Amino acid sequence: MIRFEKVTKYYKNNVGLENVSVHINKGDFVFLVGPSGAGKSTFIKLILKEIEADSGSILVNEKEVTSLSNRQIPILRRSIGIVFQDFRLLPKKTVFENVAFAMEIIHKSPRTIRRQVPQILSLVGIANKASKYPDELSAGEQQRVAIARAIVNNPTVLIADEPTGNLDPDTAWEIMKLLEQINLRGTTIVMVTHAKDIVDRMNKRVIVIDKGKIVRDNVGAYGIDVFETPSCQPEGGVFSQDVK
Amino acid sequence: MSLASIFSISAMLLILGLFFIVAVNINMATEAAKQDYETVQVYLQDEVTFEEAQVLIDSFKRIEGVSETQYLDKETALLQWKAKWGESGYLLDSLGNNPLPNSILITVSQLEAADQVVLKAGKAQGIEDVKYYKETVEKLLKITNFIQIGALIIMVFLIIVAVVVVSNTIKLTVFARSREITMMKYVGATNWFIRGPFLVEGMLIGIFSALISVGIIALTYSKISELIGQDVFIILSTPMVPVSFMTINLISIFLAVGISIGACGSIISMRRFLDT
Ligand SMILES: Nc1ncnc2c1ncn2[C@@H]1O[C@H](COP(=O)(O)OP(=O)(O)O)[C@@H](O)[C@H]1O
Ligand SMILES: [Mg+2]
Repeated sequence: MIRFEKVTKYYKNNVGLENVSVHINKGDFVFLVGPSGAGKSTFIKLILKEIEADSGSILVNEKEVTSLSNRQIPILRRSIGIVFQDFRLLPKKTVFENVAFAMEIIHKSPRTIRRQVPQILSLVGIANKASKYPDELSAGEQQRVAIARAIVNNPTVLIADEPTGNLDPDTAWEIMKLLEQINLRGTTIVMVTHAKDIVDRMNKRVIVIDKGKIVRDNVGAYGIDVFETPSCQPEGGVFSQDVK
Repeated sequence: MSLASIFSISAMLLILGLFFIVAVNINMATEAAKQDYETVQVYLQDEVTFEEAQVLIDSFKRIEGVSETQYLDKETALLQWKAKWGESGYLLDSLGNNPLPNSILITVSQLEAADQVVLKAGKAQGIEDVKYYKETVEKLLKITNFIQIGALIIMVFLIIVAVVVVSNTIKLTVFARSREITMMKYVGATNWFIRGPFLVEGMLIGIFSALISVGIIALTYSKISELIGQDVFIILSTPMVPVSFMTINLISIFLAVGISIGACGSIISMRRFLDT
């Protein structure tokens, strides 16, 4: 499903990832944790081919990402859904339009769009908000819209970058339940998070990255002890910089 | 915002149009003159009678190298022009009085003879003007060349400026919609899908500019040919290129150039955005 084989990525003066090998199976639910600057964003950007690896092999759905041409990148991204900490909804579009937008981009017919958007909205639990604008929704509802947009094209992988970072604990937990439900439908989920309580409570596979290396990879708790720095404040989010 | 682009492309197209008009008119005059360059045409003053003209003809005939001489009265001359200009011949109808003088056409077999004829005509009585096309043709060819090269250099420069202005204009729109574009890329939109609307914007800017500048040029040109068309005809013995011909040609050229500039500008404006 997602396989990194000795992947290394250096920036000018920084280590992004160094000789990372990891395998995420189809249907897995994986937490990606680690301190700021550990290489989590780098990991995700490599999956999406936003950046190029210096060496190593990256397989996503059995396809070698590192050798994809620019033309093939959109095809790769259509098989991956993404959710951000700050939702990234388009403010001038309604909930329906925000989700429909993702389908229009891959040339789905208006008929298909009219049929599938309500289905996906009811799956994420906001069927009654279709005609609302993002600023009329609570934070939790906005994240549900973002999730609907991410999964409406049936991606095999859903990447969630601190999806609960802007939510209060109860709402955060509801979103986690939703993600778990999506995972049960067969979608692989990779979630970057700093929320220790959530990781502990979910009891899923946890990959800990530090200084560009995987320092732990097992099912269980967050394991704060592996970090030298106790400060794990939420950061700006993986995609806070614009796509170059 | 896109007004700046329309303004800059229009300005560029207007200058392009100016070059085009000048070049086409000079070209036409050159072509017309070229055909007759082995002929010397001696224009006679209105007072000169047919008999006096015959005396002059005899004197020209005596020059070595003159192969043919012919008296051409003003009515025949006008008819010939009309025939020559074919469909555009009706333009000559607007001239009112026949502006052409009676003349003698002298065809030479050696070019030196032409110089002799010119020399002799200069001394003779009753002669208004001598048209000796060889020099004119050479001069016109030089001017045409010069204008073409100059125009090309200026055009390249202006096109670059226009593309930069357009790309900066569209960059503003692109930035205003950067959230949406970023999201489109994450969802897997192809670059051409993302470019689409901006490409259309650029091309619309090009089309507007083309229409505006063709309008301005057609108006100005028809005014100019109304005002000086007759003088041009008398001086160059060539009518100006008709307005309709100009407009039809310019509209296709301007649309092509305008749309290309608009499209290039928008593609360039998005290049950095669509890199990854
Ligand atoms: N575009 C970049 N240019 C230079 N260094 C970078 C760039 N992006 C990330 N880095 C560096 O690479 C390392 C890993 O960054 P990142 O993958 O963003 O970590 P995380 O998301 O875990 O906080 C950090 O030291 C960071 O400063
Ligand atoms: Mg990060």
